[in-house]
Amino acid sequence: MYSYCSDPDALSTFRWLSCYLTTGVHMSFYWSFLKVLMLLAITAPVALGFGFLGAMAARAPFSPARWIGKGYIAIVRGVPDIAFFLFFVIALDQGIEWLRHQVKCPDWDQPIRQGSDFLVCSFAKMPLNSAPQWQHEAYGFSLAVVTFAIVFGAFAANVLFGAMRAVPYAQVETAEAYGMTHRQAFWRITVPQMWVYALPGLSNLWMVLIKATPLLFLLGIEDIVYWARELGGTKTSRFTSYPHGDWRMWYFLVLLIFYLAFTKLSEVVLERIMVRLTHAQATLGGEAQRKAS
Amino acid sequence: MKSLFLGTAILAMSASFALADTVRMGTEGAYPPYNFINDAGEIDGFERDVGDELCKRAKLTCEWVKNDWDSIIPNLVSGNYDTIIAGMSITDERDEVIDFTQDYYPPTSSAYVGASADVDVKGGIISAQTATIQAGHVAASGATLVEFATPEETIAAVRNGEADAVLADRDYLVPLVDESAGALVFVGEPVPLGGGVGMGLRESDNELRDKFDAAITSMKADGSLNTLLKKWFGEDTATY
Repeated sequence: MYSYCSDPDALSTFRWLSCYLTTGVHMSFYWSFLKVLMLLAITAPVALGFGFLGAMAARAPFSPARWIGKGYIAIVRGVPDIAFFLFFVIALDQGIEWLRHQVKCPDWDQPIRQGSDFLVCSFAKMPLNSAPQWQHEAYGFSLAVVTFAIVFGAFAANVLFGAMRAVPYAQVETAEAYGMTHRQAFWRITVPQMWVYALPGLSNLWMVLIKATPLLFLLGIEDIVYWARELGGTKTSRFTSYPHGDWRMWYFLVLLIFYLAFTKLSEVVLERIMVRLTHAQATLGGEAQRKAS
Repeated sequence: MKSLFLGTAILAMSASFALADTVRMGTEGAYPPYNFINDAGEIDGFERDVGDELCKRAKLTCEWVKNDWDSIIPNLVSGNYDTIIAGMSITDERDEVIDFTQDYYPPTSSAYVGASADVDVKGGIISAQTATIQAGHVAASGATLVEFATPEETIAAVRNGEADAVLADRDYLVPLVDESAGALVFVGEPVPLGGGVGMGLRESDNELRDKFDAAITSMKADGSLNTLLKKWFGEDTATY
């Protein structure tokens, strides 16, 4: 990166570090932080959407919808995350390729499963074998987002289901007495008021989601944990200009600080949201705000 | 109409050839000198050199992919990449699940490395990487086996005293022992293990295997494989 980096052995500690920390492989490490943040930024709203749909389905008057909603919540909440991550992603990937195979190669005569091999025609590969590596990575990343969203969506659905029921029923009855339909009462009375009941549960979920991001590594995505392990490992002078011993402790220390700082920041933000949501609510917090002002 | 149909069929066929020509090469990237990530963040090492040369000779476009050792075989058979080129020794157990090309590295010798030379490798606690021939050998030798997901962790276990010694490929251990300033030493004699290192492919991929086999044969014949072996493993390494 810097011009003086051509001979790292001769550098002072500070300059050595400035060269060491700007190598190409460290750039991949910094990039992986962005990946994790991106995953969170995309997964959180999508999971909330899944949760909202799940909760709506679970309390729907139409019984098949209710079964689907309740089934989704019960199954995903009950299966261990790791099992779900390992199984579901492979199943989803192979399912997509199988569907593409049926559409694109109808006259393929060989079996798709040969022993342990999973074989689809080369047009059905997702992404295509010839696609550049970033497309493969983007595809893997999207699978991860979907998986995270489904898992955390189930928990969010349960939280929102409870929150919808926590809205005082008298309010809904009053709305209907004023002539609102069931749907209007749901969207105008229940939904705006439920968030204050949902937030403690949702903020818990958000914290757990932050801490669950190292599961990305299970899905073959090179996240911060992968790079910390790789970069911190012993490097001998034969294969790098920056040999060092086992530095994994320092790299994991950086991760520790990152996660702590990030969860602390989240707490501050969530606290502010809570204050806003409490405003004018028929809860203890809302009452306290009213007295204070 | 007929010619139109024929035209698209030919187009589709030629497209399928073009597609088949990109071969994705799966490696671990954590086992120098076989494969590792260099300072620039790229896959480097003996297998990178060999793989690129093989692809050139077989007229294939190759793309390198990193994958964890643990899941390197499952991801091959489910089609995420087309070859494994990751210092994988040819063994009968692996051969039941995947196919191998002929070896591009002669049967390897593994070695024990411990904190002192008098470690009891038959009765002590020995670390090895999961699902390697070394792990199999330790389990069969009567010693207590502790397995780790990465090679790095097997060495760390010896350094911090969790294991008495580590069993790994000798070539991987040599630079580590050299630069440990006496903290790590070889224990006993090298152990010959495995049937050489080969490239792993899906059992159904005979065509691709034949191409790589032919390329390896030609590299053995003109001595270019020996040159690469000497470049990465030193002058006195085993050659063809």
